Amino acid sequence: MSRQINIALIGNPNTGKTSVFNALTGLNQQVGNYPGITVEKKQGICKLDRNLKGHIIDLPGTYSLNASSLDENVVIELLLNKNDKDFPDVIVVVSDVENLKRNLLLFTQIKDLEIPTILAINMADRMDYKGISIDIPYLEKELNTKIALISTRKKTGISDLKALIQNYKDLSTEPCLHASEIDAEYFGRLRHAFPNQLLYKLWLVITQDVNFGKTNRKEMDAIASFKTKSESDLKRLQQKETIKRYQFINNVLKVGQTVDASQTKDLRSRLDRILTHKVYGYLIFFAILLLIFQAIYDWSSYPMDLIDTAFANLSEWVKTSLPAGDFTNLLAEGIISGLGGIVIFIPQIAFLFLFISILEESGYMSRVVFLMDRIMRKFGLSGKSVVPLISGTACAIPAIMATRNIESWKERLITILVTPFTTCSARLPVYLIIIALVIPEGSILGLSYQALTLMLLYLIGFFSAVFSAYLLNKVLNIKSKTFFVVEMPNYKLPLLKNVGLTVLEKTKSFVLGAGKIILAISIILWVLASYGPGDNFNNAEEIITEQYASQNLSEEELNKKIASHKLEHSFIGITGRTIEPAIRPLGYDWKIGIAIVSSFAAREVFVGTLATIYSVGNDDEETIKNRMAGEVNPILGGPLFNFASGISLLLFYAFAMQCMSTLAIVKRETNSWKWPTYQFVVMTALAYVVALASYQFLS
Amino acid sequence: MNTTLADLKKGEHAVITDVSSTEIPLKLLEMGCLPGNNVQLVQMAPFADPMYLNINGSHLAIRKETAVHVLIEKL
Repeated sequence: MSRQINIALIGNPNTGKTSVFNALTGLNQQVGNYPGITVEKKQGICKLDRNLKGHIIDLPGTYSLNASSLDENVVIELLLNKNDKDFPDVIVVVSDVENLKRNLLLFTQIKDLEIPTILAINMADRMDYKGISIDIPYLEKELNTKIALISTRKKTGISDLKALIQNYKDLSTEPCLHASEIDAEYFGRLRHAFPNQLLYKLWLVITQDVNFGKTNRKEMDAIASFKTKSESDLKRLQQKETIKRYQFINNVLKVGQTVDASQTKDLRSRLDRILTHKVYGYLIFFAILLLIFQAIYDWSSYPMDLIDTAFANLSEWVKTSLPAGDFTNLLAEGIISGLGGIVIFIPQIAFLFLFISILEESGYMSRVVFLMDRIMRKFGLSGKSVVPLISGTACAIPAIMATRNIESWKERLITILVTPFTTCSARLPVYLIIIALVIPEGSILGLSYQALTLMLLYLIGFFSAVFSAYLLNKVLNIKSKTFFVVEMPNYKLPLLKNVGLTVLEKTKSFVLGAGKIILAISIILWVLASYGPGDNFNNAEEIITEQYASQNLSEEELNKKIASHKLEHSFIGITGRTIEPAIRPLGYDWKIGIAIVSSFAAREVFVGTLATIYSVGNDDEETIKNRMAGEVNPILGGPLFNFASGISLLLFYAFAMQCMSTLAIVKRETNSWKWPTYQFVVMTALAYVVALASYQFLS
Repeated sequence: MNTTLADLKKGEHAVITDVSSTEIPLKLLEMGCLPGNNVQLVQMAPFADPMYLNINGSHLAIRKETAVHVLIEKL
């Protein structure tokens, strides 16, 4: 029988904690959410020896146990709740060799919880480079722990860490300093009142609002009310505690660590001189953005063409090799067409996540935050809003969650409200297919018109976000204390494994999440498009044959007429034509109308919906793009997707709030329906007006 | 008038002498912004805000409005 122990990875942000997690678990990991909240929960399994498996949790990065955000709170909640099924048997504190001093603050706090703790000093490969040497035995003695010197980059020390984890029972659970000395009298009373509880735990509960498991809630409530000190006194005491811990750490490191500054070859300052420069910094940032968009457009077109053709062939194959009937039609016309509409965008989404994860891993993102803060503040945002706005180009949902580290509530709320304007990857499918249809090929200065149009749409998204932030900043009357601290981590070459796993994980969850909705919607749409009420639908063949009896139509042409007559009188056709008057002025027909309505579930459904509607009753299996290009405007004649209606559609999608999941996240993060409702109404109304104006102007 | 972090020029070093406990968040203290620690101004964004500092070996950026609450003695 193999035994399993719980291992928690804890550490400051930017210490390579996730690399350690990846090194220990490999592909043996899963990402989910903590119940009830949207904090990402990463866990994995690591085989320690034949009889022992480690269940590893990668906890959110935190600078201390004094939580100031939901993510950080997860760490404390787990460490304070002995009854949690994930409560660690052993903790690994991951620290970065260059920031040992700051990292040890968290370590000394965790030691006070009297749980077996290992100190993993990561990035050991940089020690020579930085002229750092460490007296490991001395530190182990002073800190009452065992130390593993590791480098995830050079893949060294991981087996030492595993060996330490395996022998976790030998670890000391003694704290390394006595924090309670900061106010002996107060802590004495506290101990007297709750003799069965750990003193440091009590202190944590008093100084912050931690949510507890049911079993000991009653007792803990009593502790939380043990506030014999005022809030400002408690705050002063926390400061004293921090100073005391740093005194201890400074004394330990004075002996245990030497830094020979003359050895330092400083890549950081050389890079910073350029990347955070008042002029070059901004130019480089803009150039990087430009590169990303050109690359997404160019590189992914090859795999996309392949996927498009493959799905058309698959659908054709299903039709010819399965027995004819409703099920075959549903499969070929509904499900395969609908799924093809999402799978085709995997290359682009993967590229986008690839770039974002490289920017974050390399440490460059913090420089952007630094460069942009002053500018963003003019619009009521924070430099930290840049991260949500950039990652909003992948998906608004993680972007809105990334606003949690914005300290000021007003800046955070504004960021949440405007983030859905940025061009998320779900808009990409719509943009790409419309651009391919209405924007001519050709190029200027080596940049293709189509790529430039896409870039322009991203800029529209960004500027409408910033402009609405400006308005919100004037309108919203919220007083909140602002402060802003951002760590500027070292530059690092991104680890292939980390980037690869992120891209894999994010793309997978995007496709699975969207795939479910699209599958459901394409089935519903197919049914609605394949059946209809009354004679007009059921007797379509006779009606059309009669109508065109005088004209000598070929059988193929006649079949097409019948199919389109049927579609027009199916359930979906009737619905579509009911809403048609509202969208006609925007240059759309009822089929686009249906696609727009269904994309309120999720934008990327648009392409799949059109694919499903167009393929119903259509025998020749073509690619989605060809089908759309062949559509004729029923009133004006000429292609339905022309320049005017195409631009109108692009702008509609640029502004409209069409994503149920985003609305749900906004509700959760702002804790009210008020904000998502505003967002939905204002953005959609704006989209309608802009699309209307552009179509009327262009046509 | 007291010298504060906001008075530092690019490249200058100083020692932190006092930190206004009501104005400075705990998080900044935890990152090393404590009396007695060394600080250097590494870089400034346009309009001298935010400021990119090296405090006690930690590299971080803070806004000018926060920096005025940290008293220093230039070295």
